[in-house]
Amino acid sequence: MSFLSNYIKEVYGAVSSLLIGMKRTGYYLTHNKEVITEEYPEFKAKMADRFRGEVVMTHDAQNEHACTGCSACELACPNGTIKILNKFDITPEGKKKKAIDSFVYHLELCTMCNLCIVACPTDAIKMSQNFEHSVYDRRLLTKQLNFPGSKLREGVE
Amino acid sequence: MFSIENILNSFHEWLSSMLNQNMVMLLEMTLIAFFAITLFATLGLVLVYLERKVSAFIQIRKGPNRVGPFGIFQTTADTLKLIVKESFMPNSVDKFLYQLAPFIVMITAMLLLAPLPFARGVQIWNINIGVFYVTAVSSLSVIGILMAGWASNNKYSLLGAMRSGAQIVSYELSAGMAILSIIVLTGSLNLQDIIASQENGWWIFKGHIPAIVAFVIYIIAVTAETNRAPFDLAEAESELTGGFHTEYAGMRFALFFLAEYINIFIVCAIGATLFFGGWMPFHIGNWEAFNHVMDFIPSSIWFFGKTFFLIILIMWFRWTFPRLRVDQLLNLEWKYLLPISMLNLLVMTLIAIKGWHF
Repeated sequence: MSFLSNYIKEVYGAVSSLLIGMKRTGYYLTHNKEVITEEYPEFKAKMADRFRGEVVMTHDAQNEHACTGCSACELACPNGTIKILNKFDITPEGKKKKAIDSFVYHLELCTMCNLCIVACPTDAIKMSQNFEHSVYDRRLLTKQLNFPGSKLREGVE
Repeated sequence: MFSIENILNSFHEWLSSMLNQNMVMLLEMTLIAFFAITLFATLGLVLVYLERKVSAFIQIRKGPNRVGPFGIFQTTADTLKLIVKESFMPNSVDKFLYQLAPFIVMITAMLLLAPLPFARGVQIWNINIGVFYVTAVSSLSVIGILMAGWASNNKYSLLGAMRSGAQIVSYELSAGMAILSIIVLTGSLNLQDIIASQENGWWIFKGHIPAIVAFVIYIIAVTAETNRAPFDLAEAESELTGGFHTEYAGMRFALFFLAEYINIFIVCAIGATLFFGGWMPFHIGNWEAFNHVMDFIPSSIWFFGKTFFLIILIMWFRWTFPRLRVDQLLNLEWKYLLPISMLNLLVMTLIAIKGWHF
């Protein structure tokens, strides 16, 4: 007789546990307001502050940046993502002064390791939260980070 | 009163007044074939869309929502893609069987459409052994699946087909037992008679607990027979890379896919007819007023409403339960479903003899 009671218990246990699962999924089936999907192109998720999207150079309202062209980031970069091309400005006193001509950044080589940002002595560059890097031409991935016509902020050095 | 039956009858009379009898027969058969193909295509589109939406809601997703309002044209776009796609055939397959298999599966599904009563007086073929015909023909679909698995010349396909064979052969027994327990009550294999016997209430309510048990067993067995999760061992994407249709592409694959959904519709329609009264509106005993109000809802809406209720139930199963192992699958059938359904049939026979049902 114990066989029969075990049998009935097994059937009862199986059916009731299946019904528990169906109750849960049935709840979700009828409460479709709870969807957690975010529709991407219309709704863009706000990435976390520590998310490393790409390297950008911060410019203020006067189109001035803090990059002195010291090449610390270029040296820190493990895979040659950053190339800094320097130029020499002539100051009104007639002295030569080092400044960056262009800060070239190869996004296609970058692994977002953050070492350049750590190495920068003047906090001129930072990681942005942008995650949409797709382009139709890979040449577009080579970027110049300093804005055209920008210059070094006074008092950084 | 305005009904599909009247429209069909007046159309038939109109045709008969113009043409001789053979021509009328021929024309009506052509129209029915056209109707069947249209119904299949529409059902395929609707059910795939429904399945994707149901699965999305169960998994707290949105589902298709880009093509058209609420994504209703998504399945149309998918079908268009499948039609345009090359139906690639590998070199080492058995060419004849490989090409035949999707059509066998599809034709089996089409044959099952014949005795289904869609509405009051709307039936392609009023055959007096309707239920027997359905159970006999539905077991043919395994031939198509075995053929596909064998002809593909691929071990995964063959494994999937063999599993499907074992599964369908075993689950047909308990599905047949569940159907029999309703046949015992009605005493007729004719689907119209079965529906007529539910005029004062559906069998699932009139037949006490044995009818409910029979219904549960029927739903489990047909889920297995249509090779759907949790019994989708024949496909089992994660183990067999798609099972019997691994080697199929394009429209040949689409035919398998379509046949799966048509089979779901048909088994749900049979289930609705046996347990929920088919096109019969919801009647309670002798409540004349209530029954009369229910009669105002057209019978085709009752039929499709019940069928889609069962379809959603089966989809709900699919997205809730995990897949069974082969030994668990056979244990469930031979150690649980079959003994229970035999006992259930015995109790049902007792009820029918003693006249305890309402």
